[in-house]
Amino acid sequence: MRARVLIRPKAGILDPQGVAVERALPALGFAGVANVHVGRLVELDIEDSAQLESMCEKLLANPLVEDYEVELLQGSG
Amino acid sequence: MKFGVLQFPGSCDEVDALSAARRVGDAELIWHGERDLGGAEAIIVPGGFSYGDYLRAGAIARFSPAMESVIEFAGNGGLVLGICNGFQVLCEAHLLPGALLPNTNRHFTFRQLELEVLYSGGPFTGACALGERLSIPAKHAWGRYYADPETLAAMDRGGQLVLRYAPGENFNGSLHDIAGVCNERGNVFGLMPHPEHAVDELIGGSADGLKIFESMRMSVEGARA
Repeated sequence: MRARVLIRPKAGILDPQGVAVERALPALGFAGVANVHVGRLVELDIEDSAQLESMCEKLLANPLVEDYEVELLQGSG
Repeated sequence: MKFGVLQFPGSCDEVDALSAARRVGDAELIWHGERDLGGAEAIIVPGGFSYGDYLRAGAIARFSPAMESVIEFAGNGGLVLGICNGFQVLCEAHLLPGALLPNTNRHFTFRQLELEVLYSGGPFTGACALGERLSIPAKHAWGRYYADPETLAAMDRGGQLVLRYAPGENFNGSLHDIAGVCNERGNVFGLMPHPEHAVDELIGGSADGLKIFESMRMSVEGARA
């Protein structure tokens, strides 16, 4: 099964990468952009999707400072 | 006394850590694949970019065989010092509370700076006076110390906030200007600045970093006596 894990900085924790992107956009003429956050995407094939939660807690994310979301993708492998 | 200095693929400060430790005792490198800590009486997890900083700085090094042994060593009360990337590894290993995040200035920054000793009662700053200033360089992109407010309050009460950046020196945005912290038991200590790069006044103009290694020696030899 194909799975996708989205990892993002926790709300309320300053995200300097997001700030940098947010400041760069108007410089290129893109107006009206706010609250930009930059996270990570991990995609993987997994036999037992029940392991994903513990995988995220132990390695893929740092739950102290990051939130994550697991998405299972249909009909893939 | 004997120090063991871990070496991961991507470490870059292990040789300086080794030579700093050798100014106060014996020291040997320990390759990350080793489980045997070679009789070391204190462990140094050095700076660098272990495993390329993939995923998050320190995230993968934490699972190396040598780190499994270090976790056990720390659990038995052994002294463990983490410098820069080593600090990140110790946080990822949950040997220290909190986490290190990207600098608020968004840059890899390298500069000599002043630190203040907030706690001199433990094994890593025993050779320092309370309130003493240490001139030590820092060089990192991920040095912003973060812990939740309850954790920070408990650490403050417990004397776990050991070093802070002097006024004007906190370029990374660490909460409460925190530069170095220890665990509750006091035997594991991590800091972002590099004491191993400040051990000789001929290089960098300060030997203040030596006090950290000297403190560890005093603690290990004191416990032995």
